[in-house]
Amino acid sequence: MMEITLTHYLVLSTVLFSIGLIGVMRRKNLLMLFFATEILLNSVNIALVAISHFYGDFTGQMFAFFIIAIAASEVAVGLGLLVLWFKRFNTIDLDNMTSMKG
Amino acid sequence: MEMYLYIALFAPLVGSLTAGLFGASKKTLFTGVFASGMLFASFISSLLLLVQVLQGNTYHVEMMTWIATGGLYVPFGFVVNSVTVTMMMVVTTVSTVVHVYAIGYMDHDKAFNRFFAYLSAFVFSMMVLVMSDNLLGLFIGWEGVGVCSWLLIGFWYHKESATWAANEAFIMNRIADLAMLVGIFTLYWNLGTISYEGIFASVGTADHTMLVVAAAFLFVGAMGKSAQFPLHTWLADAMEGPTPVSALIHAATMVTAGVYLVVRMNPLYDLVPEVGIVIASLGAFVAMFAASMALVNRDMKRIIAYSTLSQLGYMFVAAGLGAYWVALFHLMAHAFFKALLFLGAGNVMHAMSDELDPFKMGGLGKVMPGTFWMMTLASIALAGFFPFAGFFSKDLILEVAFVGHHPILYTVLLLTAGLTAFYSFRLAFLIFTGEERYKLFGFHPHEAYKYMLVAMSPLLVLAIIAGFLFKGTYYEMVTAMLPAGEYHVHNPIVYWIMTIGTQLFVGGAVLYAWIKYKNAKVDKKVEAGFFYQLLFNQYYIPKIYDEVFSKPYAELSKMFWKLDNAVVDATVDGIAGVFYGTAKKTHTMQDGNLSSMLKWMVVGLVALLVSAAVFIGVVTNADVIMKLLGH
Repeated sequence: MMEITLTHYLVLSTVLFSIGLIGVMRRKNLLMLFFATEILLNSVNIALVAISHFYGDFTGQMFAFFIIAIAASEVAVGLGLLVLWFKRFNTIDLDNMTSMKG
Repeated sequence: MEMYLYIALFAPLVGSLTAGLFGASKKTLFTGVFASGMLFASFISSLLLLVQVLQGNTYHVEMMTWIATGGLYVPFGFVVNSVTVTMMMVVTTVSTVVHVYAIGYMDHDKAFNRFFAYLSAFVFSMMVLVMSDNLLGLFIGWEGVGVCSWLLIGFWYHKESATWAANEAFIMNRIADLAMLVGIFTLYWNLGTISYEGIFASVGTADHTMLVVAAAFLFVGAMGKSAQFPLHTWLADAMEGPTPVSALIHAATMVTAGVYLVVRMNPLYDLVPEVGIVIASLGAFVAMFAASMALVNRDMKRIIAYSTLSQLGYMFVAAGLGAYWVALFHLMAHAFFKALLFLGAGNVMHAMSDELDPFKMGGLGKVMPGTFWMMTLASIALAGFFPFAGFFSKDLILEVAFVGHHPILYTVLLLTAGLTAFYSFRLAFLIFTGEERYKLFGFHPHEAYKYMLVAMSPLLVLAIIAGFLFKGTYYEMVTAMLPAGEYHVHNPIVYWIMTIGTQLFVGGAVLYAWIKYKNAKVDKKVEAGFFYQLLFNQYYIPKIYDEVFSKPYAELSKMFWKLDNAVVDATVDGIAGVFYGTAKKTHTMQDGNLSSMLKWMVVGLVALLVSAAVFIGVVTNADVIMKLLGH
């Protein structure tokens, strides 16, 4: 059986990041946008933990915990706003949120 | 005593700044009264200094250093001697009177406070001009009075003609001031100093050609300020300003600055009699030239302005012939009666709702007796009847020309004296006697405020007594500084024939004016004549200037304007256009849609990643790339 090396983790991380990026670009639903953002953050977390393990340095893993904590609170706030927005406008479609025009 | 010098100099400035503080606000009587009070303080100080100078003292103070660099040292230095104190007395006397008068004259003007700020600033500049101990200080005062004159001619700036006249005066003076600067530079270049003392100490040994050049250029500067031909057109147009301004600036003080300059620089002009004779000839020419234009004019203030021009010509004749004290004496006497004449004209203008055509007046003597008497007496003084001030000063100039063996100058001046009497009494008769023509035009004239007449009375007294009362004392005083000369016709028979003859001639001119104008009849045939038209159109000189200078200049300016549009403006607009166009094309990026913004964010991220990758690639493979490039 093939051994799983750092490269594999990084490839996984890159693939996940790309999926997240495409999600961020293509999705028009605010909820889906949050999901895509989570995928982006977690792809970064995978890379951080893998590299941290590779070097035997815990700094990367600590960073991953921070990112998880911040992501959780960000989503909590974001979802709260999302619910408010939905109550008010009855939609969470991004194309309707265009009040901040240049 | 130095304190009085500073009070005389700076009190008008204090008045001006105080009035200026309230310049934008509504009329407050306080500013007028305060500015007049400051002027009175200046007058009293000048009077005390005069007493000291009469006792033989002179004062010279250096307030502070102004310019000290290399060999050039210019202080803020001020001098009180017999010549400057004479000018100080003239300036402060007339301006105090005019300030008080203006409180009444400008009574209904919205910009009352601003007027006093300007008027007092003018007096301050004039005092700097007069009292400075060097030519550069004089030049600062010279420019200061120019600016104040501009501000005051254009005081009613909503009137197109007033702003035009203000600009004309300013530009004409600028032309002359350039020549004056050249004169000052010439003196500094060759003598290494610009203080009067230094210049007078070294002119004696200086190169004669250089002195001629310097004297000529300085005189061109004086021609501008004193409105001598060919720079004379601005003075008549300057009558657009309020009448107190005409009285103070364009009759009594500023326009005499040119004469003052020649008198002050007398050691220089003494050495170059060839320049002196040019000055005298030009003066005599202007005296007659201006008087001839006054003969037919139909604008009260312009007639008096031409008369001023003519009298300035007399002063230059005296100054040019070396009779500096006579020039200064006529300057003083003229200031008194001419200011009085102008202030009287101001009363008439007020009474007639700013009507200036004397043919529409007539019989005003009954309605405004005070003004009638003052203007008549001022006209008598101007015409030079015994024993008024004009007799002593003007006859003296005639004697100077006679004694100096200049028969042509003498004849011209004598004829001009007749013209002077004619036009001044033509004006007086048209305004004050005869039928009451103003009734046809629906005017309701009234006498001016009493305090205005009271304010004018010192000038009236001086216009009457300045000649016989002051002449002796004045002569004693100024000849301490100026070359003495009695200019007396030695043969008593010739003297009496001359004096009585002049008086009869002038009297005849007045009589002729009475016959001709007591009924204000207009002779249509004469009016259509060539000479009348020539004089009435001021020898067509304004028209010629317009055609020869103004219009080609306007054309040239238009051409350059087009060039400017095609090159400079086009370049600037082009650069702006690039930015504007780019912004117009790219602003759609900011459509407010979160989704598209995120896409742009990703594009940015990718671009940064790519450039980072390229950078790293280049850095790590630097040696390979260098080889490929052939190093």
